[in-house]
Amino acid sequence: MEYVIEMLNIRKEFPGIVANDNITLQVKKGEIHALLGENGAGKSTLMNVLFGLYQPEKGEIKIKGQKVNITNPNIANDLGIGMVHQHFMLVEPFTVTQNIILGSEPTKYGQINIKAAEKEVQELSDRYGLRVDPKAKIRDISVGMQQRVEILKMLYRGADVLILDEPTAVLTPQEINEFFEIIESLVDEGKSIILITHKLKEIMQVCDRCTVIRKGVGIGTVNVSETTVEQLATFMVGRSVSFKTEKEKSIPTDVVLKVENVHINDNRNIPVVKGLNLEVRANEIVGIAGIDGNGQTELIEAIAGLKKTESGSVYLNNEPVTNLSPREITEKGLAHIPQDRQKFGLVLDFPVSENIALQTYYQEPYSKNKILNYEKIDELSERIVKEYDVRTPSIHTKTSALSGGNQQKVIIGREVDRSPDLLIAAQPTRGLDVGAIEFIHQKLVEERDKGRAVLLLSFELDEILDVSDRIVVIFDGQIVADLKPEETTEQELGLLMAGNDKKKAGGTN
Amino acid sequence: MSNRLFNILVPLISVFIGLMAGAIIMLIYGYNPLEGYLALWKGAFGDLYFIGETIRQVTPYILTGLAVAFAFRAGLFNIGAEGQVIVGWLAAVWVGTTIEAPMFIHLPLAMLVAALAGAVIAFVPGYLKAKLGVHEVIVTIMFNYIALYSVNSIIRNVLTEHADKTEKIAPTASLSSEWLATLTMYSRVHYGILIALLAALIMWFIITKTTIGYEIRSVGFNQNASRYAGMNVSKNIILAMVISGAFAGLAGSMEGLGTFGNMSIQGGFSGLGFDGIAVALLGANTALGVILAAILFGALKVGALNMPTEAGVPSELVDVIIAFIIFFVASSYMIRWIILRFKKEAK
Amino acid sequence: MIDLLQAIIPPALFFSAPLIFTALGGVFSERSGVVNIGLEGLMVMGAFVGIVFNLNFAEVFGIWTPWVSIFVAMIVSGIFAVIHAIASVSFRADQVVSGIAINFLALGLGVFLTKQWYGKGQTDMISRPFYTTNIPFLSDIPIIGSIFFKGVYLTSYLAIILAFIAWYVLYKTPFGLRLRAVGEHPMAADTNGINVYRMRYVAVIISGLLGGLGGSVFALTIALNFSQSTIVGQGFMSLAAVIFGKWHPLGAMGAALFFGFAQSLSVISAGIPLLQNVPQIFLLVAPYVLTVLALAGFIGRAEAPNALSTPYIKGSR
Repeated sequence: MEYVIEMLNIRKEFPGIVANDNITLQVKKGEIHALLGENGAGKSTLMNVLFGLYQPEKGEIKIKGQKVNITNPNIANDLGIGMVHQHFMLVEPFTVTQNIILGSEPTKYGQINIKAAEKEVQELSDRYGLRVDPKAKIRDISVGMQQRVEILKMLYRGADVLILDEPTAVLTPQEINEFFEIIESLVDEGKSIILITHKLKEIMQVCDRCTVIRKGVGIGTVNVSETTVEQLATFMVGRSVSFKTEKEKSIPTDVVLKVENVHINDNRNIPVVKGLNLEVRANEIVGIAGIDGNGQTELIEAIAGLKKTESGSVYLNNEPVTNLSPREITEKGLAHIPQDRQKFGLVLDFPVSENIALQTYYQEPYSKNKILNYEKIDELSERIVKEYDVRTPSIHTKTSALSGGNQQKVIIGREVDRSPDLLIAAQPTRGLDVGAIEFIHQKLVEERDKGRAVLLLSFELDEILDVSDRIVVIFDGQIVADLKPEETTEQELGLLMAGNDKKKAGGTN
Repeated sequence: MSNRLFNILVPLISVFIGLMAGAIIMLIYGYNPLEGYLALWKGAFGDLYFIGETIRQVTPYILTGLAVAFAFRAGLFNIGAEGQVIVGWLAAVWVGTTIEAPMFIHLPLAMLVAALAGAVIAFVPGYLKAKLGVHEVIVTIMFNYIALYSVNSIIRNVLTEHADKTEKIAPTASLSSEWLATLTMYSRVHYGILIALLAALIMWFIITKTTIGYEIRSVGFNQNASRYAGMNVSKNIILAMVISGAFAGLAGSMEGLGTFGNMSIQGGFSGLGFDGIAVALLGANTALGVILAAILFGALKVGALNMPTEAGVPSELVDVIIAFIIFFVASSYMIRWIILRFKKEAK
Repeated sequence: MIDLLQAIIPPALFFSAPLIFTALGGVFSERSGVVNIGLEGLMVMGAFVGIVFNLNFAEVFGIWTPWVSIFVAMIVSGIFAVIHAIASVSFRADQVVSGIAINFLALGLGVFLTKQWYGKGQTDMISRPFYTTNIPFLSDIPIIGSIFFKGVYLTSYLAIILAFIAWYVLYKTPFGLRLRAVGEHPMAADTNGINVYRMRYVAVIISGLLGGLGGSVFALTIALNFSQSTIVGQGFMSLAAVIFGKWHPLGAMGAALFFGFAQSLSVISAGIPLLQNVPQIFLLVAPYVLTVLALAGFIGRAEAPNALSTPYIKGSR
């Protein structure tokens, strides 16, 4: 058989967990091979084994039929294996060329021959149609171009097998199409590609074969042409799943959140939200669709008081809350499930109980005259842990010891339990497994049904289409469309998100 | 193995390794380690005089240890305790020499002003950290030198006319006690130890029982999440730094009002601030841990002075031992790893 | 005016040299992502070894004694710095704490051994220090010659030349590119096949070599013996120069020159009409105040290497 890569019965353990158990992956020359699994299933671990960042406890790796021992990324490089990591491995203050040659620099009399390197990068870029500027600094170029730099980095090293870890996560639907064209042209040049993903549609669209991992265990390999999305989903999750959240039709009532002609600057003081208008009513879930970097993050932070509103107004229950402190806004009825739960939502070194008290510790009965009442805090924690099905050995366990899904449940319990009028959920399901995702979607719908306003931000269009009662599209700091999920498609949203069509634009200009 | 047990084992093992290293050095240079350590023990606890001197040394160590530990809890590294001690010392002596008042006003006032002085110069790095994100380690190091040179200049040009040391403080501002001195064969022990223990109690209470401590710990672990939860991160950083500086300033007043009763031109640093870092680290940044670590380091430092006379060993050996202890506490990752390794093999 | 410059510049160069060496060491270490508060201790070690070697081997090496002494001091301090590397790179110790321990250890060992070998708190005075020289030809240039090249120490020029070499190494060679990459984004460097741990070890050892050079040059030009109070803050001042110089070798050299200048002024100000009335305290604290101002962004924003002070843990994301 003409396999370029064979990973046979791989087992990789970390203290306390088995990340890969008996996984076999065989990649043919010139194919696009999908590696499918839920978040945390062990895909990245397996690829890091192949790339030499981890050593497997059991199993063997063969390259073109030869048994090899890959102990570090240099060996992987020498064997023609290159990897684009989900989080780009680029040195921000360096130029494109410096990043590409790093570790295998061309020299002349011991000095880096930067001219020759730049020329070579330019040639490679032209040959594969990657359109990168060899002299630009990484910090000045777009995410899409950074990804192409990563691909160039591998081509520069003569990689034949390219591992791409969740490459489309950061791209727009249009950029994704361009990206697929690039990888197809790479395959035409004789390269083989391993695409790590949990997006079933992408697999159906471009991949030849697909290997599935579930909870660290290899499930098997299928030909994509002989399978269906439903079947892949069942393989991945281990049971049949419906991607449809059960919910009744909603009848929105009073306006809870009103954002009027708001302008916000980003951290570098560049305007990113430019006269934005938005309303969210009680009894409805409004989903914000948009490409990262179009002002949605800043908008949410401004609503929550975490970022300064330069001009315009925000009203919560018809009361102005513009530029109040986060705590004042919280007390007026806002709950916020932040984008990055570990960075913004939790103090990981605190026990679960102290995280549950994070928004209420200063109020009675949890403290009085600045003295904490741990009895009351523990009572609250026990109740929330039970009601929200947080799986933890104890409320006194360090929060960092919990799984991602359970950490998110701690946040949701804490925020929802305060009976807020407005619930902002920013990427609430990112990185979670299907079970946790279903639970969270249900909770959002429950909150809506209790008469609350829910504002959902997600970069997964599937999630937006599935959960929202109404979708607004944000582009370049403005809402450019206001749609019903049943009346639109992913393609239309994609175009709107890229700023191509302003039809149906509601509430702006 | 539980985390708690690790937290107790790591300092114990570090101290053990430090003492072993000291023993090996003594062996290399032809000393008998047992004799050396016996001399050290005697020099620290051998009779009432030595015990008194040890307590005297432990007193400022507790306070600088608390200072560093408190800042650590907020995620800040206060290397400036050294400078804050000097400033507190000067402030205490200044009040002690220039004001006339009955004791119940004079003494507390002198200590209060010392704490304030420490707090004020800790405020600047705190403010720069909170508002501009400037790393406090470098700023506090720079402030150590600014404090050192400024204080010397003030002693020479303001408090005296080009003299090397200030006058003695008034008896009404003094922490020293005839009774304690007689009891300990005229050691320099003073009532400051009570102040230090009280300060430890206060730190414990603030950190574990109050919303202030809750916020400071939260900010120390995760500033972003604290901000998202509505806490004022800047305020907490500045507050932690100011309280830390106050503890260090108070440590300075122990020297000024207790041990020495005046202040001399400082050729270099007292070492109390840097030793405070060791104390805080070994004490795992808890109040009780700081007291225990301060006792250990105080005993080592005072006991060391007896080593040259009784065993011929240069007292600097203790600095080497302390350095090793710091290394191993800081490298707790390695100690954990070794313990786990042993456990695995034992199975 | 020329007299004035002649009075100021040679001492400024003379005070700066040890700071420049040590600061360059700091640049290497910090550029690789390892904070080095231990520069002070590395200087102490360099000063101690330099003096002791000089005292013991003056007769063997004759006029070459000071040069051999600083070379030996360099090597020993380089080896000594390995402790900092082991703790902060391999054992993931807090780099600041490890640096403080280096300072304790160097001073403790230095004074311990001094007492052990000399029976008192300080060593004897060395017989073979560095002497000032007039640089041939250059010192004959009118005006400039007498300001810059008469009555100077060769070590001062060595320091300045070394700064340019450091700049070349860091910015023009593969080694430099890799070292800086390790300090900015160690995992990116790792995936490109660079051994992050080895780079950091090398960088810390270089900082030990240069710190030892700085300490021994200080001892052999200024202090002339070793005691508890030989190195009191020069290491921290060098660290300040690293930051004030924005982690750039030439910037660090400039800052060190400036700090050396300020230090020399506080020594010679009495002889300069313009400075006679400036209280000495201002000159003494100037380097530290300026560094704080630089950090606060009043004198251009200083941007530290991105991964500074974070230990690299292979395989963590």
